[in-house]
Amino acid sequence: MNQGHFIVREREYEEFLGILRKLMVDAFAKVVFLVDKNGTLLASSGDAAGFDTTSLASLAAGNIAATGGLANLIGEKEFSILFHEGERDNMHISVVGERLILVVIFDRRSSVGLVRLRVRKATERLSLVLAEAIAASNDPTGGIEEMTEADIESLFK
Amino acid sequence: MSFINYSSREINCKIVYYGPGLCGKTTNLQFIYKRMNPEARGKMISLATETERTLFFDFLPLSLGEIRGFKTRFHLYTVPGQVFYDASRRLILRGVDGVVFCADSQLTRVDANEESMENLRVNLREQGYDPDKIPMVIQYNKRDLPGVASLAELHALLNRRNVPEFESSAATGIGVFETLKAVIKLVLIDLKKGAR
Ligand SMILES: Nc1nc2c(ncn2[C@@H]2O[C@H](COP(=O)(O)OP(=O)(O)O)[C@@H](O)[C@H]2O)c(=O)[nH]1
Ligand SMILES: [Mg+2]
Repeated sequence: MNQGHFIVREREYEEFLGILRKLMVDAFAKVVFLVDKNGTLLASSGDAAGFDTTSLASLAAGNIAATGGLANLIGEKEFSILFHEGERDNMHISVVGERLILVVIFDRRSSVGLVRLRVRKATERLSLVLAEAIAASNDPTGGIEEMTEADIESLFK
Repeated sequence: MSFINYSSREINCKIVYYGPGLCGKTTNLQFIYKRMNPEARGKMISLATETERTLFFDFLPLSLGEIRGFKTRFHLYTVPGQVFYDASRRLILRGVDGVVFCADSQLTRVDANEESMENLRVNLREQGYDPDKIPMVIQYNKRDLPGVASLAELHALLNRRNVPEFESSAATGIGVFETLKAVIKLVLIDLKKGAR
């Protein structure tokens, strides 16, 4: 059985990317990531090459999931914003709609207040694009349905 | 719920290793990590206690090549097996595309296996899955030890759905890749069905 796919097309991807780029600049951030709640990296802006983005995505999702579990225990739906303060860099993690997580990494050149402000704005725009992506996910096209057993077998050669 | 990115042409799927504490879930991932080509795997993350018991999860990302122009990526997770970590197990099952149920073949662990399988079914249902339909394989681990239950017994106890099943000795790697390959196949077949 299948709970369906979450599909991001070129169009939504470019829109996500545009919003991340603007957020990066407006918040004076070092790097921003958009992550699926299941722990997969979707898009990033800034100097992502310096990070192990796969691990980061998985742990950010685990972080949101775990604090969400804590939230439920005290009768909250979830904690939609997490802030981790480091010696040099800080991390702001927030939930976007039902599916996504926005991660902003910033240092002294910015501040948590500014990041929070810019994230709020970006989240509104990301939510709209997310809604488009979810609508499109119900109507997939593009080759996966043509996958054969032989294709699958070829992965293991 | 698999995540398909048409822009970067990637398919991402989540596979969870489930089973009672100490049955060998982490050992499976460690063996896969050791044997995979470094280009095909990312870093393995273990959120564990000081005594190496899994606290939250282990995570190992794999990328296995392309199908029809799509890169295929599989994120392997293990759950903590101890009964009292049920809340964490439920979180890790979220969005899962396929399950490996890892059983401990030792006679002394018969009850623990059954309990864990029941717990898996309850938690899957809670996440909105049908436990009789989700892609699943069963691995009977620790076949190298003395005092293990027979395959027929384990099958009767744990495999009422009659899913693909494998004997293994994860500590030496026997059966580990057969299990992985089988669950990946089921996940991709399911993905294809969902895409229609
Ligand atoms: N003899 C034997 N020991 C195993 C096997 N697989 C795992 N173990 C051992 O069982 C213990 C628990 O394994 P671990 O992977 O941490 O279990 P987990 O709780 O399911 O993650 C470790 O000491 C492993 O070395 C196996 O196939 N045979
Ligand atoms: Mg473990």
